[in-house]
Amino acid sequence: MLSKGQKLNRKMFQKNVEKTPTRNGYGEGLVLAGEADERVVALCADLTESTRTQAFAEKFPERFFQLGVAEQNMALVAAGLGVSGKIPYIASYATFSPGRNWEQIRTTISYNNSNVKIAGHHAGISVGPDGATHQALEDIATTRTMANMRVIVPCDVHEARKATVAAAKIAGPVYLRFGREATPVVTSEETPFNPGEAQVFWESARPQCAIVACGILVHEAMLAAKELEGHQIGTMVINNHTVKPLDKATLIEAARRCSAVVSVEEHQVEGGMGSALAELLAKELPTPQEFVGMQGVFGESGPPEALIQKYGMGSKDIISAVKRVIRRKR
Amino acid sequence: MYLNDKETRLLEEQANKIRIKVIDILEDAGSGHSAGPLDMADVFTALYFHILKHDPQKPDWPLRDRLVLSNGHIVPVQYTAMAYAGYFPLKELRTLRQINSRLQGHPHRESLPGLEVTAGPLGNGLGQAAGMALAARMDGKRHRVYCLLSDGEHQEGATWESAMFIGNQKLANLTAIVDRNNIQIDGYTERVMPLEPLKEKYEAFNWHVLEIDGHNFEQIISAVNEAKAISYQPTVIIAHTIPGKGVSFMEGKYEWHGKPPNKEEELKALKELRTLGGKIRSEGE
Repeated sequence: MLSKGQKLNRKMFQKNVEKTPTRNGYGEGLVLAGEADERVVALCADLTESTRTQAFAEKFPERFFQLGVAEQNMALVAAGLGVSGKIPYIASYATFSPGRNWEQIRTTISYNNSNVKIAGHHAGISVGPDGATHQALEDIATTRTMANMRVIVPCDVHEARKATVAAAKIAGPVYLRFGREATPVVTSEETPFNPGEAQVFWESARPQCAIVACGILVHEAMLAAKELEGHQIGTMVINNHTVKPLDKATLIEAARRCSAVVSVEEHQVEGGMGSALAELLAKELPTPQEFVGMQGVFGESGPPEALIQKYGMGSKDIISAVKRVIRRKR
Repeated sequence: MYLNDKETRLLEEQANKIRIKVIDILEDAGSGHSAGPLDMADVFTALYFHILKHDPQKPDWPLRDRLVLSNGHIVPVQYTAMAYAGYFPLKELRTLRQINSRLQGHPHRESLPGLEVTAGPLGNGLGQAAGMALAARMDGKRHRVYCLLSDGEHQEGATWESAMFIGNQKLANLTAIVDRNNIQIDGYTERVMPLEPLKEKYEAFNWHVLEIDGHNFEQIISAVNEAKAISYQPTVIIAHTIPGKGVSFMEGKYEWHGKPPNKEEELKALKELRTLGGKIRSEGE
């Protein structure tokens, strides 16, 4: 059942659940961060409206910088600002930033430990009609392997807003991942959010599997958990928003209770959040795991929800994975 | 602040000491780059011993001028200039490229106080310098940002992204100094991938462009002064240099871009540089 302390959106299981893109949370959070701290500056590479940087640009024009279609320079300028007392947020599509400018981020932000917040937008296959060129499916892997970097993947608009605000208070580089499509609201204004603290969103009396999800697929994980409970299969759903550093205690405890885990992410299964979980459990508590995510292929154009289904990341795929992993238990 | 003859002579002597030390530590390290550090010894000397507002005892002094080295592979000359300026003891130069050293093969900002950036992968300095200049302008601070870059790294797209941004932002508190030594690892720049006309390229990006002899202290310092006086656009100083300057068998040879001297070559180079040092002194007397 739904965890009580988390103050989740009770309407999340209804067909008419409110849907908002997580990128809107970035836009709102950026303004809040800018109001709270005048060191916050925002940079964008010709995608100001689309990345929702617009509201900040209008409210704080003297703290907004247009870089043009030049993501490498955007990372570099931010690195220079970040070591000069500013808190720069850089925004573009994740395929370009941290895609195109990965080396600049590695050398001048990560290795430099410059206080830059990298907002990767239009991440995941749910970008939809734009097609595979614009569907970032590797960005969790390419950021989480950098030393000094934190990686946060918010599950809905509220969490996206909170994560954006929280990033300003974290000293050092942070990668924040956002989606384009309007997606179900899972949490509420009141839901607690602390970077590095995974949250149990669903907990059956006798859980047989822990579903560890991040990003917009947390909603699919919740749908799967509810349906599985109807089939007398108890689960836990963990919103594992912080991929780096992992909340080891919560994840190990969930693996201990359930003895089986399913990771769920809108990302290649190689190197992503599920891999991070597997690395942890292989060392601390080897546990059978199934990986829901992109299975080593590129996406394509199409409606977001249809793509999620076609590429095996919907609630029915999560249900199958849960059943599979339970069968694998010794 | 222009130079009198005595000041010029002192700077020349300092630059020669730096060249001698660079040869010494490169041979000790057994790897590294020779040509660039030797040809930029004069520019580094002019910066650390005349131009920069800085305090080696307080490397994080907020109002210091920022020196951003973009082509990090020539960092041995920066380390040497910093040591002579008093940032750390000269004997620490022996740790260059060794394990547990603050003197990384390519500069790492967090390893050594006084380094402003982490650099090595080419094309990354100008943009970081732009961020620093932007922050200074936002905060109404008067310090200046100097970015040293190689000619070869103008083949990197990121360099031109940054040049375009700096021109557009009219960052007049930023001065770039290009080491125009005409060589890169694979050969002469104009054969590998021609950069000319470099002056006109920068002008087209709305920069003020000066061309100087990068081994002439009066020209280096007067160009920097001219850049300071310009309030409406950034300045790039294209410093024409001789790669391997000061060591005859290295001068003008791209083969010396990316390797250190061996023991025999070191002794030969040091002999030449020491003689040169004597020559400078005798000419001055």
